[in-house]
Amino acid sequence: MRDQINNDVIPRGRWRGIHHFMDPRQGHSGMTAFISLLFLGLAFAVGCVKSNSGGQNEVVVWHWMTDREDALQRLADEYQKTHGTRVRLELYAPSDAYSSRVRAAAQTNTLPDIFGVLGESRDLASFIKSGHILNLQDAMNEDNNSWRKAFFAKALANNIFEAGNQYDVPPGLYGVPIDVTNIQMLYNKDLFKQAGLDPEKAPETWSEFIADWHKLQTAGIPGLVSGWGETWMIDCFASNYAFNIMGEKKVLDTFRGKVSYTDPDWIKVLGLFEQIRKEDLLVPGVVTMINKTAEQTFANGKAAFAFNGSWCVNVYRGMSPNLNYSAMLPPKLSNRYPMRIWGGAGSSFMVNARSKHQKEAVDFLRWLTGPDQQAALSKETMNLPANKSSVGQLPPLLAAFGSQMDMTTHPSQWPVSELPTIIEAFDKGIQSILIGEKTPAQVAEDVEKQKREQMGRAGSAHR
Amino acid sequence: MSWNRVKDLFTTYLFVLPAVVLFSVFSLIPFFKVFQLSVFEWDGISPHMDFVGLGNFATAIFHDTSWWVSMRNAATITLLALTLQNFLALVLAMIVDREIEGKNFYRVVFYLPPVLSGIVVGLVWNWIFDGSHGLLNYALHGMGLGHWARAWLADPHTALYGIAVIHMWKGFGWGFVILLAGLQAIPRELNEAARVDGAGEWTIFSKITVPLMLPVFFLVSILTILGTMQIFDIIVSTTNGGPGYHTEVPITRILAAMVGSSRFGYACSLGILFGLILLAVSLVQMRLSKWSSRYT
Repeated sequence: MRDQINNDVIPRGRWRGIHHFMDPRQGHSGMTAFISLLFLGLAFAVGCVKSNSGGQNEVVVWHWMTDREDALQRLADEYQKTHGTRVRLELYAPSDAYSSRVRAAAQTNTLPDIFGVLGESRDLASFIKSGHILNLQDAMNEDNNSWRKAFFAKALANNIFEAGNQYDVPPGLYGVPIDVTNIQMLYNKDLFKQAGLDPEKAPETWSEFIADWHKLQTAGIPGLVSGWGETWMIDCFASNYAFNIMGEKKVLDTFRGKVSYTDPDWIKVLGLFEQIRKEDLLVPGVVTMINKTAEQTFANGKAAFAFNGSWCVNVYRGMSPNLNYSAMLPPKLSNRYPMRIWGGAGSSFMVNARSKHQKEAVDFLRWLTGPDQQAALSKETMNLPANKSSVGQLPPLLAAFGSQMDMTTHPSQWPVSELPTIIEAFDKGIQSILIGEKTPAQVAEDVEKQKREQMGRAGSAHR
Repeated sequence: MSWNRVKDLFTTYLFVLPAVVLFSVFSLIPFFKVFQLSVFEWDGISPHMDFVGLGNFATAIFHDTSWWVSMRNAATITLLALTLQNFLALVLAMIVDREIEGKNFYRVVFYLPPVLSGIVVGLVWNWIFDGSHGLLNYALHGMGLGHWARAWLADPHTALYGIAVIHMWKGFGWGFVILLAGLQAIPRELNEAARVDGAGEWTIFSKITVPLMLPVFFLVSILTILGTMQIFDIIVSTTNGGPGYHTEVPITRILAAMVGSSRFGYACSLGILFGLILLAVSLVQMRLSKWSSRYT
């Protein structure tokens, strides 16, 4: 029946789909044509997959910032109008999916012209050493460092590798920050008033903080909320106090293996979390809470304090536009060293070192980080701009975060970093302290033991 | 062989070729790649990999205590799912198997949780178990049991059991459907004949239902073990493995090694180790299944 249809209904010599090639009367030429077409199709498919670089006068950007998609698209359209280069934005979210895509593209050399590296210094270093990222040092230094000088120094620091860095990356500047961020504490002014506290006077020292907490507690107001189920936030909080208690050198010497985690200063850092538990300072469940839930809790006025990043201004505006709050530095525990907070480049873009459109990509990034574009981006998305000259145009809350940029530090800016497994053991150990399962001394011993084991294994592997 | 025969064969293989290519590219090659990567130290980006032999496996087996804690946690949830979840599924299947009013409605309702996303289920139960404003604590206060209220998923004594409850709630529908199908396959005449002979409900259950259902029990058990040991989405959306290591499971450890510390080779070795453990458990189950079918 099918043959009948093929032979009778469809006239000879006209296209009859796959049957055309399978028809024995077509002989060798039909089969050859089919095979050729198959391979041609495969070759075409492979060719399509091969490059993610843009066409002529086109730059392809891969990003993960769902909240900035519209603003970036508007800027891209404006750039095409004013400069004639089309910027094709491709959004891949969430960030985990983005990271996987970038890693996979790196393996197949199909990275776009501009992309971001989400992760830690060692990830960025690996991309650079594999030849995927262009060194922007010369571009930044053109015209008497004009581009470089436009940024907060701390914003660039995340993307700079100095000579002799631990990753053996050639010294240089490998990324362009498009915004900056820092992580501080926030307090609810209305709840302060309710507890009889001065809403314009945030606690500056740990003892003031605890005294304020006692008043809030008496008024039945819950204390501190943060997404400490995401362990990096615990690490950030602990790191602030480690810098405050023992200073940067001693912290970094610990990572180098020269100072033990059982050192009294580290016990003091861990002891802070024991005090937090004993004072019942945390909102119930914080130890496994994701930051989104923590943000909702603070936005709904269910906590007096929050530990969160500058991105929260945008988040709280969406959740509770009338929330009356202010930012404050984490209260100092010691006067020996300054309180340092995590911060620096929030999002950075890198230029593909193998791109055919390097110049166009660099030109676009130079334009994107100009004062007007940065101000526009900041106004729409409530993120701190990377360009210093745009800060004057910020709303007061965001300006409060911006004013502390000089106090920031970040693991990606440190000359040495701790082993990931030790960071995990430390953060999980703090969770154990917060649930009353372990003492600071026990956690310190556990972490130190793991550190010695890891260093011993690494040492024997190198031998 | 004639030219036409060669052409036929060639044509046949040509049609199979796309499927073979797809299967190789997306299944076989990644499968072998995992084995290859497991003997290297690799960060997932660098073109260079350091050969470490079986070092990754040795680290996992002899040094990584968190890995074995995660195995223990998964085993605990699995044990609870094997017993409580499947018992509940069996009871409900037996009830729906009878001629009761609205049984089709119950079938749909019981099968709803499994089709929901694990992330969504986790978020909903997060709210139920919330320490400050959770539904469970609210109910306990209402019943005068306020002293039992707590942050259920942040308390080391209850976090793992909380996860187990969520998992069992989400999972019992699968067992229910399979067990119901098994029950409906038992000829009704057998039960009726037994009743005529004076057998009680318990005798019918133990002497007819259980023996005939044994293959189904084994099937449900294997699926429960494999499904529960690989629990992941619920944990990510509730506790993220915390507090401490109390709700860490093998998949979260593999992910932590891969994404958290960029140790792709080590993550692959954990994956293989985990796969081998599951394979061993499955083989034991299949052996038991064969043995029991001979016995019955």
